[in-house]
Amino acid sequence: MSTRTIAESPAPERTTVTGARRMAALARAEVTLLGRSKGTLFTAACVPLVLPLSVRSAFDEADLKAAGLTSGDVMLPAGFGFSLVFAVYAALTGIYVARREELVLKRLRTGELRDTEILVGAALPAVVLGLAQCLLLAVGCALLLDVGAPAAPHLAVAGLLFGVVLCAAAGAVTASFSRSAESAQVTGLPFMFLSLMGSGIAVPLEMLPDRLASFCELLPLSPAITLLRGGWTGDLGAYEALGAVATALAWAVIAVFAVRRWFRWEPRH
Amino acid sequence: MNTNEHVIEVTDLRRVYGGEFEAVRGVTFAVGRGEVFALLGTNGAGKTSTVELLEGLAPPAGGRVRVLGHDPYTERAALRPRIGVMLQEGGFSSELTVAETVRMWAGFTSGARPVDEALAMVGLAGRADVRIKQLSGGEKRRLDLTLALLGRPEVLFLDEPTTGLDAEGRKETWELVRGLRDTGTTVLLTTHYLEEAEGLADRLAILHAGRIAASGTPAEVTASQPSRISFELPDGYLPGDLPPLAPLGITGHDVEGRMLRLRTNELQRAATGLLVWAERSGVELRGLDVRQGSLEEAFLRIARDVAVSGAAEAEKEVAA
Repeated sequence: MSTRTIAESPAPERTTVTGARRMAALARAEVTLLGRSKGTLFTAACVPLVLPLSVRSAFDEADLKAAGLTSGDVMLPAGFGFSLVFAVYAALTGIYVARREELVLKRLRTGELRDTEILVGAALPAVVLGLAQCLLLAVGCALLLDVGAPAAPHLAVAGLLFGVVLCAAAGAVTASFSRSAESAQVTGLPFMFLSLMGSGIAVPLEMLPDRLASFCELLPLSPAITLLRGGWTGDLGAYEALGAVATALAWAVIAVFAVRRWFRWEPRH
Repeated sequence: MNTNEHVIEVTDLRRVYGGEFEAVRGVTFAVGRGEVFALLGTNGAGKTSTVELLEGLAPPAGGRVRVLGHDPYTERAALRPRIGVMLQEGGFSSELTVAETVRMWAGFTSGARPVDEALAMVGLAGRADVRIKQLSGGEKRRLDLTLALLGRPEVLFLDEPTTGLDAEGRKETWELVRGLRDTGTTVLLTTHYLEEAEGLADRLAILHAGRIAASGTPAEVTASQPSRISFELPDGYLPGDLPPLAPLGITGHDVEGRMLRLRTNELQRAATGLLVWAERSGVELRGLDVRQGSLEEAFLRIARDVAVSGAAEAEKEVAA
């Protein structure tokens, strides 16, 4: 046997699958799995639709008026926030851990999907579910609370986009630090707690002491919620909006870096 | 094999876990187009660690890998559509059915076979609507195999393809691999079954503690092993009372109690000399055992070099 090496022998002619089709194939299977996982489905679909109502009842109309807020100001960010945190963040943390521990991620990496396509494809169903809830909430609030259509739709869209990206990336990072689906419910608590309490979801930032509020504005989900709320009320100044976008961008860069640096594709040995 | 292309080239390959444990310590081999190449070894010999580097799942700590001329780690995208991979352990979502799993894979595999054909190929057509969690170990292996074959790969990596299969399933897999080789597919497989390596591989390498301890065609590896003659020393005789061993082609000996074991590369000459001597001296060689070198012998001898605990495990596996 001589030792001629094949340089770049051409691949045989065959239909090449595009990245979008690859992700669609994975996402389709994930939809099936989501439908069969009652726990994930409950957390992702029911919790975010029920919780905002409890927030609503927690605040006295009088308190809100004193802070210059309407009930719509409170309900919309709470609704969007719960959807992002439960339907996207918590669900994805569990999904990434489960797929990793079953060696599904490792097996997928032996196929033609790129790493990013695996992460995005697996996230799509949860992300779509989260977005659908947001839409439902917006329509519901518009009809029931007389909130109306967003005054600055571009800000609302930007906020939603940042929120989804950050929650998905945070879910991937959290999954990397969770050994099992059970422990993921604990490792996810800090992010959930910080976001719900400090990012203007369960408690409007106006109700917090000034110093604490200005610190909380820097939390990962705060700019997304600020943009969302501003998108509806239309009272977010250009300067504040830019600040929120800058903060969100910074977090997005950090999140992408963290996923690339820490994401685990295989269980620990 | 009648090939002049190296589809897989591995040079001085190294893999280190956690900056400490060196699982692969300088492995070198090449596989030609259309060859079936087996990496044989006990658990922990470094088979999977090596194959994962060829599959591009991790970068090597040292050395070089080329598959179809590409670096499998940095040029993953170019290589993936041309190779098929079966990992040591599945990696399926237990809540999906067999057909759903194959359909998903077909959705991101270039030139994928139709789902029905893929399932029929490995005898899973009747199990299409069964959830993965209800499959037997053997059925999961067959599902794994069909996913590896889905894109009609040029190069196939099979990590312990028949572990967990019953005798019949193992034979079917062998037939499948032979059929693939006949159509020009290059196959690299790992196994701890001697029979599998001997019957299936054109060439093989025995891995031990991260290094290649022996390699070549099964016949070459067998031929490199000394044959053995053992018998009980006759009463009143000491090893020194035997005729001079070197002129008989005997290259070494060891004594255990009254048992004497001789090693030789010229079995007929050694045995004849010994038996003629016994006949002339009028002694009986009790427990006489004359044994041609075999792959099993080679494998066992290499495995025995492991620390005592590891060796015991290796013996069990060969017996299994």
